[in-house]
Amino acid sequence: MARPHPNGPKPAQITAGRIGLYAFLFIAALFFLLPLYTMVVTSLKSMDEIRLGQIFALPATFDFSAWVTAWSGACMGTVCVGIRSGFWNSVAITLPSVALSVFIGAVNGYALSLWRPRGANLLFGLLMAGGLIPYQIFLYPMVRAMANIDLYNSLAGIILVHVIFGLPLVTLLFRNYFVSVPEELCKAARVDGAGFWRIFFEIMLPIAVPMVVVVSMLQFTGIWNDFLLGLVFAGRDNLPMTVQLNNIVNTTMGERTYNVNMAATILTAIVPLAIYFLSGRWFVRGIAAGAVKG
Amino acid sequence: MSIKRKPNLSATIALLPTWFVAVVVFIGTMAWSIRLSFTNSTLFPSSTYVGLAQYSKLLSSAKWLASLQNVLIFGVLYVAGCLLLGFLLAAALDRKIRFESAFRTIFLYPYAMSFVVTGLIWQWMLNPTLGIQASVRSLGWESFVLDWVVNRDMAIYALVLAGVWQGAGLVMVIALAGMRGIEAEQWKAARIDGIPVWRIYVSIILPQLGPALAAAGMLLAMGVIKTYDIVVAMTNGGPGNATEVPAKFIMDNLFGRQNLGLATAGATVLVLGVIIAVAPFRYAMHMRDKAKGAA
Repeated sequence: MARPHPNGPKPAQITAGRIGLYAFLFIAALFFLLPLYTMVVTSLKSMDEIRLGQIFALPATFDFSAWVTAWSGACMGTVCVGIRSGFWNSVAITLPSVALSVFIGAVNGYALSLWRPRGANLLFGLLMAGGLIPYQIFLYPMVRAMANIDLYNSLAGIILVHVIFGLPLVTLLFRNYFVSVPEELCKAARVDGAGFWRIFFEIMLPIAVPMVVVVSMLQFTGIWNDFLLGLVFAGRDNLPMTVQLNNIVNTTMGERTYNVNMAATILTAIVPLAIYFLSGRWFVRGIAAGAVKG
Repeated sequence: MSIKRKPNLSATIALLPTWFVAVVVFIGTMAWSIRLSFTNSTLFPSSTYVGLAQYSKLLSSAKWLASLQNVLIFGVLYVAGCLLLGFLLAAALDRKIRFESAFRTIFLYPYAMSFVVTGLIWQWMLNPTLGIQASVRSLGWESFVLDWVVNRDMAIYALVLAGVWQGAGLVMVIALAGMRGIEAEQWKAARIDGIPVWRIYVSIILPQLGPALAAAGMLLAMGVIKTYDIVVAMTNGGPGNATEVPAKFIMDNLFGRQNLGLATAGATVLVLGVIIAVAPFRYAMHMRDKAKGAA
């Protein structure tokens, strides 16, 4: 290969290296896509066809009945109502949890970075430590405390738990964002007579809209995908989709209906996937920002 | 500071709920759990102190020791696998590729999925009677074996495979963002010196991505200790104790076996583990910030 020069001609387009590069990317893409493909084709097959053990084969006839069963008839233990109820539970848990945690996180980040009241650094340190520590050490006392205030096994309870455990990450992201806002902006507004809340609602929150979007996306996928907290705190009537999915699939009665299982699995993943496909750029930005700044 | 008393009060009040969470929920419940770990609590908390008895029981539990070993194997391979594959993917995408955004989308989408979903997908793919193994055998390769989820020796690697599938895209995104931030001058200089592309990535790009990759590795490693959902969905700890993990051991004893003392002792050990793992990192950051401040 000729030695390239900044001002020289473009290097040849097709070389062994380029072919190898595309081969690598193509094989990698296959590895990442295969599970999704398998899930989709399996969900469209009949059980007779699945028993043939040809998981990569396309279905002989496209059969959507497994999807209907998964949505409204699949059994969790002895109850056969499908994953529909879990879907609405997940919606009811996720939306308020995201809204509340993003709001509180934004206020925290704003207060911690621009006002720095006494003990701000200590509070931030405690929050970060809380975010690092495995949930398992908090669980039992929290269950007892929630039971004492009648929030255990309730929708409000699981929302509260999500807000609490979301605070470290959300506060961190907003604090890092507000730190880069010039302090003069805050000072000028104060000279004009605006107080803590007015500055927050009229200046800082509008400035922070991009961050609000990113953090909301991260929190939404995080809470939607949660399993552990939903399992422990939500209670039978509010179990999120992830927990119901696991119950459907790992139910021990009768033959496993793999087509229904796969349809239920796709249904559980579909909301975060839709968010990712529709606003992938924000998602990428949020992940990159959240990780690099951590 | 120039902050006056009145607004300061609003700021303080605004932070009160967070103070409550930090002190009561995080510190309070942790102290409560640690206290329970020194008692003989079973189904209900007890106030009979038994010293380190629960800890010695923990250390003599084959299941706990297996879970520690498993999480170590899983954690090292999962983080290393994600970092390696993520970096390779980013480097490949950085080579002015056609359809770059399509590839990026394909590599990252698993990250939007939950561990429950990830575990179930791979359980299905690796199922020996109906999954990849059966499919390949029916093509004529009768001796083909891919039975990882039911094989004691391989089950933990099945978890690694699923974990890397889910997490490599995250590293790719972070590494790619870092690569795009590296000046073109460095590329030109290196190319004029005739350094092969792969050497440029290994010797010039990789060191500069160090902090970003360390942050990504940190993020993944923090998830390792919490590993629970993927195990429950994929192997439920089996076969035998082959994929038992500490988080699951604690949950089982906490809610299934009503063994509070043992569970909280396990949780305390996990917290100690996190502190031991994170402390040097934090200290290094602190020293770096100090050095920066002095310069």
